[in-house]
Amino acid sequence: MVKEIERAGLPVVHMCTVVPISLTVGANRIVPTVSIPHPLGNPQLTAADEKELRRRLVRKALRALETEIHGQVVFDK
Amino acid sequence: MSNQKLKVVHYLNQFYGGIGGEDKADHHPEERAGVLGPGMALQAALGADAEVVATVICGDSYFAENIESALHTVITMIKAHAPDIVVTGPAFNAGRYGVACGAVAKAVFEELRVPVVSGMYPENPGVEMYCRYAYIVRTGNSAADMRKAIPAIANLVKALGKKEEVAPETHAYIPQGLRKNYFHTERGAKRAVDMLVAKINAQPFVTEYPMPHFDRVAPNMPIADARKVKIALVTSGGIVPKGNPDHIESSSASRYGKYDLQGVTDLTPESFATAHGGYDPVYANLDADRVLPLDVLREMEKAGEIGSLHRYFYTTVGNGTAVANCAAFAKKIAQELVNDGVHAVILTST
Repeated sequence: MVKEIERAGLPVVHMCTVVPISLTVGANRIVPTVSIPHPLGNPQLTAADEKELRRRLVRKALRALETEIHGQVVFDK
Repeated sequence: MSNQKLKVVHYLNQFYGGIGGEDKADHHPEERAGVLGPGMALQAALGADAEVVATVICGDSYFAENIESALHTVITMIKAHAPDIVVTGPAFNAGRYGVACGAVAKAVFEELRVPVVSGMYPENPGVEMYCRYAYIVRTGNSAADMRKAIPAIANLVKALGKKEEVAPETHAYIPQGLRKNYFHTERGAKRAVDMLVAKINAQPFVTEYPMPHFDRVAPNMPIADARKVKIALVTSGGIVPKGNPDHIESSSASRYGKYDLQGVTDLTPESFATAHGGYDPVYANLDADRVLPLDVLREMEKAGEIGSLHRYFYTTVGNGTAVANCAAFAKKIAQELVNDGVHAVILTST
């Protein structure tokens, strides 16, 4: 899916947990996430902390969309 | 050795190992003596020549989320039995399972130096990632093909055990990308001309070197400033309005959904859930923002961190769904997003 969206001319960031699969399917901007059943959350945290975690990940995704790249990049910092 | 039975160790996920479904996908590596699940049919097909001495089981999510440590434990367990051959799966079209079967195969191949036989549907991501390290028998896309997959795997195990020559054409496995040198009766130039003549005359011919198929899309230029653009959300995690009004299938999806987010500031358990059948749905059903981060994007929209969030989100279930289907969905989705003036996309996957 991510490749077809990219092909249509839209920059796209793939937020997912299993990065090797994302690399195999050809995503270019990749942000690793928390876990398979809750990529953008962590039920062990308090509601406020969990939301903060999600906010940080989404911000990372926005920075990835603002970054010029020339191949596949995993934004794991 | 010649009088001894071939020793086989079998790797399975939590489902085929009989531990449980997606709710047990975080199961840590464990080993059992003898056969389990599909191992029974495997043992029957192997007959008296080989014995499945142990089965190692690991939950698919646990493996995918802890590849290094899970692999280390699994390999240590396998190694203790000093197998002659290792069998992983078959994984059919299960993505995480295929990747686990492939990663185990690679480690066994590199560290234990014994052959590995597996079984997968050609679209399983484990094939592209790991076909060099294992003999991966080509299977159908679901466990319905178990009846055919097991005999094919057993044949390969037996042939490898007897050190027989095997080839993709004769043993039904996916080519490993290896080249084998041999002397042809005719020189290359003649074969090339024969091929060309056949082509000109519209006669059938078989290339000796199929071109590899690379389908990569170069990254687009970035957005200049997230504060000034319209961003859309797309997910393969199956988040849908509660009740799944368009009946998106829990696996092998044949359709996608487009849903209105106007006025929605939080995905509540009363209004949204997941239709995905390939991961434990408990966490997403309690709070779908854990898959589709709508709540924080709304706040960021309000605070001016993003220009705006597109009114609709698009969703499908990426669970054993054919690559061709996914590509077709995304093509339509992308065209709509472009027409609607969206500048960038956040795609989330489980």
